Amino acid sequence: MTGSITEPRGVTRRLLQANAWFVYLFFYAPIVLLVIFSFSDSRNVGVWGGFTLDWYGDFAASEPTKDALWASLQIAAVSTVVAVVLGTMAALALERFTFRGKKVFDALLYLPIIIPDVTMAVMMLLFFAEASKLFGFTKGFSTITLSHIAFSISFVSVVVRARIAGTDQRLEEAAMDLYASRWQAFRHVTLPLIMPGILGGALLALTLSLDDVVITQFVTGPGWTTLPVLVFGLIRKGVTPLINAVSVVMLVASTGLVGLSLIAQRLRSDTS
Amino acid sequence: MTLTHNRPIADTAVATPEFEAANERQKRRRGLLLALPAYAYLVLFFAVPLGIVIVYSFATRNRFGGTDLTGWNIDSYTALGDSLVRQVLLRSITLAVITTVLCLVIAYPLAYYMATRRESVRNLMLVFVMIPFWTNFLVRNYAWYVILGTDGPLSRVTETVGIGETRLLFTQSAVVLGLVYGFLPFMILPLYASIERIDGRLLEASRDLYASGFQSFRHVLLPLSMPGVVAGSILVFIPSLGAYVTPEILGGAKTTLLGSYIVTQFLTARNLPFGAALSAVLMVIMLTATIVYFRKGGRTL
Repeated sequence: MTGSITEPRGVTRRLLQANAWFVYLFFYAPIVLLVIFSFSDSRNVGVWGGFTLDWYGDFAASEPTKDALWASLQIAAVSTVVAVVLGTMAALALERFTFRGKKVFDALLYLPIIIPDVTMAVMMLLFFAEASKLFGFTKGFSTITLSHIAFSISFVSVVVRARIAGTDQRLEEAAMDLYASRWQAFRHVTLPLIMPGILGGALLALTLSLDDVVITQFVTGPGWTTLPVLVFGLIRKGVTPLINAVSVVMLVASTGLVGLSLIAQRLRSDTS
Repeated sequence: MTLTHNRPIADTAVATPEFEAANERQKRRRGLLLALPAYAYLVLFFAVPLGIVIVYSFATRNRFGGTDLTGWNIDSYTALGDSLVRQVLLRSITLAVITTVLCLVIAYPLAYYMATRRESVRNLMLVFVMIPFWTNFLVRNYAWYVILGTDGPLSRVTETVGIGETRLLFTQSAVVLGLVYGFLPFMILPLYASIERIDGRLLEASRDLYASGFQSFRHVLLPLSMPGVVAGSILVFIPSLGAYVTPEILGGAKTTLLGSYIVTQFLTARNLPFGAALSAVLMVIMLTATIVYFRKGGRTL
């Protein structure tokens, strides 16, 4: 037994346990409460007034929320596909090759992850303002999607890189020794091996796109309100129980995607 | 499993030096070609916008609320010295520091505890930290809005207990609470990553040599886990400083923070150069922190 830290005893142990329970309670109690109150038959969002499904009914009946949901899904789908292709290529280039400008590219790829939302929102706002002076377009689907791709590429490439680093490059070399073409070796050996990483990255990109509010709010145009932007606007205007229901729908969607992403990243690729 | 970098792809030709060199050149070209689409995309849609923000920060705001991209000056940067701006900056930094310290105090014992558990338990605990990490940020803030509200559950509980109703919503405390809630996973994960790597025998050795529990923590565990402490603190501090959604939802009129202040410059006040200058300041702080992060903390994200 080398390495691992042994568990402390006595009071220290008790305190550590208590702290752990506290943290998990802190993480999950608000979420559970929000779900409970979304079923509450009361105009006040934080008061229990008996069980009802009315707010979910309102959600299903409300045109603006349905439009927003549809807009969110379209943007998320397109930005994810593009980000996955570009991010995976970038990850392969960085893990398996050396090339001129690699260090700069590596740094550039990390920036969108660490830059605060607000800063990126400002950047995209001014960029599209200047670009529309030159090319004359209206903001909307394209500007939101282009912005989402810009931050998703980085997250995808981080996840895929981790997966590539964990696979043995010699497998691909062995395939080529056995007369597989470069493409065949990639298609039948490398790609299946890194698939869990790509899948994990894709689900992450989907989640990030569906969750983003700050950047989207800055680059959106007429007719393109995403669900988070709609909810954020509603919260600031005055809270109604409808928001509880919409929030829970968003919560379930993003938690589900994250769960799938975690499972995908853990998958042992069974390729025969 | 070992990674073999720069190994020439096996081929049937004889590996003469010329062949090796040609192979190497071809490999470099292939790498660049693979990277090119993402590279070009990020230059166009990230680096160029970044440059535009810097350019705007030196521009002039005209009488009509527009921005003149001629007549360069540093007025927007001198305006940072105004008492109102200083107040916002100071408040943002204070709240970000408080948030970071609170996260550290809560996360350290948890990360340590996690490192002492069996692997299966440990992985489960990690997953349950990861879930809120990637769960909708807006919704998680809104949940606190519901809880802290005037007739909300927290107020009910404190009334029943007899402390009287709590009025936390729209205060700085609510903002700190929301920020800690939002960014705690950013602290737990790097801390855990660095504590988990520590050789437990070092701690045992210190105890064998009559160190008290505290001494062993202070002189062995803490120094060895310092990279995690630095990394986690930076990962919490940066987004707290630039936070916009949390203060917007949980904060009140008197709790304007840097993030909201920047947004106001663009959407309400229409003072784009000043907003750009504020963003540039935020970016400089962020870049400095990031350099420290890579020097001291390593890549534990």
